[in-house]
Amino acid sequence: MDTSIWKPILYLIGFMAFAGLNAAYLGWCERKGAGRIQRRTGPMEVGFQGLLQPLADGLKLMSKQLIVPKGVDGILFRVAPILAMIPAMTSFAVLPLSGNIQARAMELSVLLLFALASIAMMAVLLGGWASGNKYSLIAAARSVSQNLAYEIPMLITVITIVMVSDSMSLRDIAVAQEGGFWHWNLFRLDLSIFMPISFIIFFICSIAETNRAPFDMAEAESELIAGHMTEYGSMGFGLFMMGEYLNMVVGACLITILFLGGWSSPFGLLPSLGLLWFLLKIYVILFTVIWIRWTFPRTQVYKLLNLSWKILIPFSLVNLLVTAAFLKIF
Amino acid sequence: MTVPIQCRHDETFVLNLGPQHPATHGVLRVKLTMDGEYIVKAEPVLGYIHRMHEKMAEDGTFAQFMPNTARMDYLHALAYNQGYCMAVERAAGIEVPERAEYIRVITVELNRIISHILWWAAFLLDLGGFTPLLYAFDDREQVLDLLERVTGSRLTYCYFRFGGVYNDIDDEFITGTYAFIKRLRSRLPTFYHDLVTGNIILQKRLKGIGIITEEQARRYGCTGPVARGSGINYDVRKNEPYSIYPELDFDVPVYDECDSFARYMVRMDEIDQSLRIIEQSLDKLPDGPIRAKVPKILKPAAGDCYASVETARGNLGHRLVCTGLKNPYRLKLRSPTYCNLSCYGEVAEGMLLPDALAFMGSLDLVIPEIDR
Repeated sequence: MDTSIWKPILYLIGFMAFAGLNAAYLGWCERKGAGRIQRRTGPMEVGFQGLLQPLADGLKLMSKQLIVPKGVDGILFRVAPILAMIPAMTSFAVLPLSGNIQARAMELSVLLLFALASIAMMAVLLGGWASGNKYSLIAAARSVSQNLAYEIPMLITVITIVMVSDSMSLRDIAVAQEGGFWHWNLFRLDLSIFMPISFIIFFICSIAETNRAPFDMAEAESELIAGHMTEYGSMGFGLFMMGEYLNMVVGACLITILFLGGWSSPFGLLPSLGLLWFLLKIYVILFTVIWIRWTFPRTQVYKLLNLSWKILIPFSLVNLLVTAAFLKIF
Repeated sequence: MTVPIQCRHDETFVLNLGPQHPATHGVLRVKLTMDGEYIVKAEPVLGYIHRMHEKMAEDGTFAQFMPNTARMDYLHALAYNQGYCMAVERAAGIEVPERAEYIRVITVELNRIISHILWWAAFLLDLGGFTPLLYAFDDREQVLDLLERVTGSRLTYCYFRFGGVYNDIDDEFITGTYAFIKRLRSRLPTFYHDLVTGNIILQKRLKGIGIITEEQARRYGCTGPVARGSGINYDVRKNEPYSIYPELDFDVPVYDECDSFARYMVRMDEIDQSLRIIEQSLDKLPDGPIRAKVPKILKPAAGDCYASVETARGNLGHRLVCTGLKNPYRLKLRSPTYCNLSCYGEVAEGMLLPDALAFMGSLDLVIPEIDR
């Protein structure tokens, strides 16, 4: 059998399934998690512990008509939800899930991922603009300023990591951290004493990047109703939601690879179960993100921008300089 | 925070906030003239839930208006019961037995606590924090069960009668209320203050936002927690004592900061004070009748009387004009939220949209009470 044809097809199916399942079941996890935090049970009716709820929701959304209101830019209105989904899906092409599971081992995979993340921001902008609704327009403007503000500290932090690992390939960055948790970038204080701070900066930025609470300025349901999603129904809304969850997964994968050693096991135990360790790490991060959302109130948009421009960017710049000096001297 | 408005007024747009908007908690409409996210002009538009309660009072007998009172401020319905009863009792010269006064105070204060708790939950919802709502409803449910036991209803109470109350409270209610006081006292510091009040995001969003100066509060006739958050020590229960409040020992929390956080703290402290009031009244609760002898159809002598009570939102006044007939000639209500809202346009000017919504939440608006 010629493996060269089957490999891409299997990867395609595998990653699509992974992405699809995550997009559907993270919603369920979130509702269950929120339920536990709020001392209730969450979905229970459809299937055991509500496990078929995502299926029911998906069927409902798909069977509804996509209403395109009057005064809406028809093409952009239809393109925006697709744009929300595609970049996140495409990101999985270069994400290594373990030592031997990676569809395309690109040398510049870090760069590609951030390029794709910027396209996801376009979806919110287009959706908000095309809706012809004032609330959506405000949401679009907010989301652009927020994403611009948070991409800068994020990228500066990534440059620090790239300098330390001497590579822009996600795979090489992860491989460099193998051999126990003290090799993870998060704890490599010998490379830069600011590593934990870069981790925190990166974590905050990735929450802001994916428009999650407490930084969910763009959809702020009590201020802007649902922001860019106000006019969307059926699968238009569904795709936005799935895109949001997929972006969360991609963000969690990035944090894991850049700071938490990727698929390496924390104590050198069971190193062959790379995929398991990787999934464990990303779900811990995703749970933290869900936990944060259901605990904190929303920040105010201008304070959010201040946080980025006045605190995160200066800190990440200092971090970059110090790391560069460290690398030069030692 | 004062923000200088630097805009060309021909580049503004009008944003209709409401009548259906999640942050207005009802059918309030605010016409906002916006410059980007800055508010140039805010104009509340009322009347979407006007139901002619005052006119209805004129058409029926005095007793027939009782159920209506609960349908204005549905969150502190018993205070409306009390205000109307006091006005009619003054007009007809009815003496209320002491036990009935105690029961009135206990239930009104319980109702005040759940009104503040619900405000707290809804306010946090405005700020994007969803979880506190569920914790608050857990506590509110305990009180609703207690009140349901004596009044028969859970939201729109019609419990007070001219000259007393409808139902006596029993031992189970008393032990349940003591248990609730203990429970809320243990939960307030953790679930309410540790989790929410101390949260840095909450403080950053409330401190220095929505400043109603003392002068503005006086000019617009703000009362209740809004006035007390602006440093005005005014509480009808202290300034124009009624019922058994003079015999009880409680403080009126006053904050001088004038911002949303001050109003927040006033309400949180008032929950503590209401717990104190309930505890004292339960300790002192006398025996005796719960209702005075009152004729079925009241025909107060011709005259003009006024009674005001302190609701969870402020000073509620009832002016009752009688002509010796079985129905009032005129019943005029002075509802606290109407006055509290009237300062919105002036204060919200120059604010950012999210701040203006947080400010609106801090006023504790109940729309049916504004429109009546």
